[in-house]
Amino acid sequence: MSNILEVNKVDKKYGDYTALNQVSLSVPKGSIYGLLGPNGAGKTSLIRIINQITLPDSGEIILDGAILKPDDVMYIGYMPEERGLYKSMKVGEQCLYLAQLKGLSKNDAKIQLNYWFDRLEIQGWWNKKIEELSKGMAQKIQFVVTVLHKPKLLILDEPFSGFDPVNANLIKDEIIELNKQGTSVIFSTHRMESVEEMCDYIALIHKSNKLIEGKLTDVKKQFRTNSYEVGILSENVEGLLHDLSQKFTISPTHFKSLNDELKLEINLGSSTPNELLNILISRGQLTHFMEKIPSVNDIFIKTVTE
Amino acid sequence: MSKLALIIRREFIAKVRNKSFIVMTFLSPLLFVGIAIFVGYLSQMKADLKTIAIHDETGRFVNEFKSDEEFNYVDFSKIDLKILKDSIVSESYEGLLVIPNDTNNNTLQKKIQYISNDSPGVIFVEGLEDVIAKKITAENFQKVGLDTLKINNAKANIAIHLEKASGETALKGLNEIKIGIGGVFGYLIMMFIIIYGNMVMRSVIEEKTSRIIEVIISSVKPFQLMMGKIIGTSLAGILQFLIWAILGMSAMFILSSVFGVQMGATSGVQTQQAIQMAQKGLGSEIPMYIKELWNLPIATILISFIIYFIGGYFLYSSFYASIGAAVDNETDSQQFLLPIILPLILGVYIGFFTVMNDPHGIIATVFSMIPLTSPIVMMMRIPFGVPLWQILLSITFLFGTFLGVVWFASKIYRVGILMYGKKPTWKELYKWLKY
Repeated sequence: MSNILEVNKVDKKYGDYTALNQVSLSVPKGSIYGLLGPNGAGKTSLIRIINQITLPDSGEIILDGAILKPDDVMYIGYMPEERGLYKSMKVGEQCLYLAQLKGLSKNDAKIQLNYWFDRLEIQGWWNKKIEELSKGMAQKIQFVVTVLHKPKLLILDEPFSGFDPVNANLIKDEIIELNKQGTSVIFSTHRMESVEEMCDYIALIHKSNKLIEGKLTDVKKQFRTNSYEVGILSENVEGLLHDLSQKFTISPTHFKSLNDELKLEINLGSSTPNELLNILISRGQLTHFMEKIPSVNDIFIKTVTE
Repeated sequence: MSKLALIIRREFIAKVRNKSFIVMTFLSPLLFVGIAIFVGYLSQMKADLKTIAIHDETGRFVNEFKSDEEFNYVDFSKIDLKILKDSIVSESYEGLLVIPNDTNNNTLQKKIQYISNDSPGVIFVEGLEDVIAKKITAENFQKVGLDTLKINNAKANIAIHLEKASGETALKGLNEIKIGIGGVFGYLIMMFIIIYGNMVMRSVIEEKTSRIIEVIISSVKPFQLMMGKIIGTSLAGILQFLIWAILGMSAMFILSSVFGVQMGATSGVQTQQAIQMAQKGLGSEIPMYIKELWNLPIATILISFIIYFIGGYFLYSSFYASIGAAVDNETDSQQFLLPIILPLILGVYIGFFTVMNDPHGIIATVFSMIPLTSPIVMMMRIPFGVPLWQILLSITFLFGTFLGVVWFASKIYRVGILMYGKKPTWKELYKWLKY
């Protein structure tokens, strides 16, 4: 699979401060790519370089096989974290203006705008000024403005902030729908549950360096600890714990269940799950057995605090 | 449509639709006409007639004082001085001139008094002194046996005949007229810059306060944005100016037809004055003045006015745009505004003092080349006749600098935009330039 975007060894310094240090990324075509990192890690700097708002000190950006050039802005849709629209301009005019700035003809812009306004059921807002809308309503317009010119690559910085749960869901569905139609999406967020839910690929930037990048499942495999959650009903709890602690590292844990069983988290070390199972089966009634998969949240915290 | 054209269009429409723009467009001419009428009314009002009592014990001076529209001199020589002094307090007349009885003029000079409640104006007192001095001088001449008539005839009255090398008669006072014409154009340019430059600055700040800036500059280059804003706002300004010009002219036309009679009366007075002037010998030169005015390079003046108007305005609004790019809100902009206004004021001063005395001297020439002052100084020089190459050179400088400053502004913009809530200093601006 080819990449929609490649970032090659990009450096960016502001005075003495290094915002990006030799950062390279590959965003596969058709993926939803999560760009993660703590505040101040350099995510926004990178996004601004991709959007040609600032230029990198060195390194190159390749969009869809060719080096990024000024006209490429029409292929990218960008929703910055700092949202904003012209307050005293009417919604319809404003969307047309911004779409035309992205290179759409006035007619195409109108067609697209009608499509989106119908889809989001906001047809009646055409002649309202932004200052008359609520914050959530303005956010919807912001989203429409971002996707109006059918970008190949959508870059969303904290897309769900400012939305109530209903609208956040609506926008999430629209993003997934656009992705199905072939739009590649990069999104930067601190909401790990949406990364978990939506992203195929992730990259983690910390202190100006890229630390992790890859398919979400691969990253998770890389971070798996060979730990299992176990629930067991046993007559001889003392003996079981003694046997287990001989071979494995065990710690008490908690999960929801209907039984009043012994709940353990067991790290297998170099052993296989079957070795554990053999012991467990011989000692009691097994009610729960599951590999403990690291969440994106765990990976994030582990990487950043290391 | 190109992106630049789109931006220009949006800026223009945004300005023109603005309520305050509409209100000011139609209110300002009314205010202006109102003030003009008020000033006209004030200047037509006659000052109150002031009565001056004269107590002349010598009897030699009282007839020298001639009453006019402003002052009425009354002879109270026969009335007791003490009573006169008392009646000043009761304000039955403005002041009392007391000339005591002394046949010796030398001692008399120091004894003359003027008594009043309020301290009198300098010019008025000088007038009184003049009358008495003339009388005493004439008497002194007579005493030593000099013939006043002969002395008057012996006085020389010099009026040097001014002539240009080309052989035409040069006229005194023409420089004042020329500087007046240039000055009007120069002032127009300055006013326009000050009024509309601020508009550009506010428009640049707008994107930052509404936080749309990242969306916009992920679509267009800051240079295009700056350029579009400057041109769009200028067009709105020019439209407003045109409306004012049309409204002003039609208002004047309506007023003059309504108050036609009164205006006719005043112009009658003016004609009389002209006739009086003509009788004094000045009038014979009026046709020459008119001829001289027609000889002014009118086409050059108008064309260069338009070019300097646009160039000067563009240059200054790009400065205003730079300030807008550097700051977050209007209150932060104050510290940067003074350096912009100063060259404008400097231009006007150089225009009125240096150009008038020496229109083609080194100072006037240099400042008509420097882009910051050239729109004003050159406009004032042009009525005196400036070589074409100088005009072209100065225009080239002007537009070149304009492009440079827009580039500079967009450079600052790129960095300035992305730093919210930080007040910039001059030092920091310099740092931004290097990014």
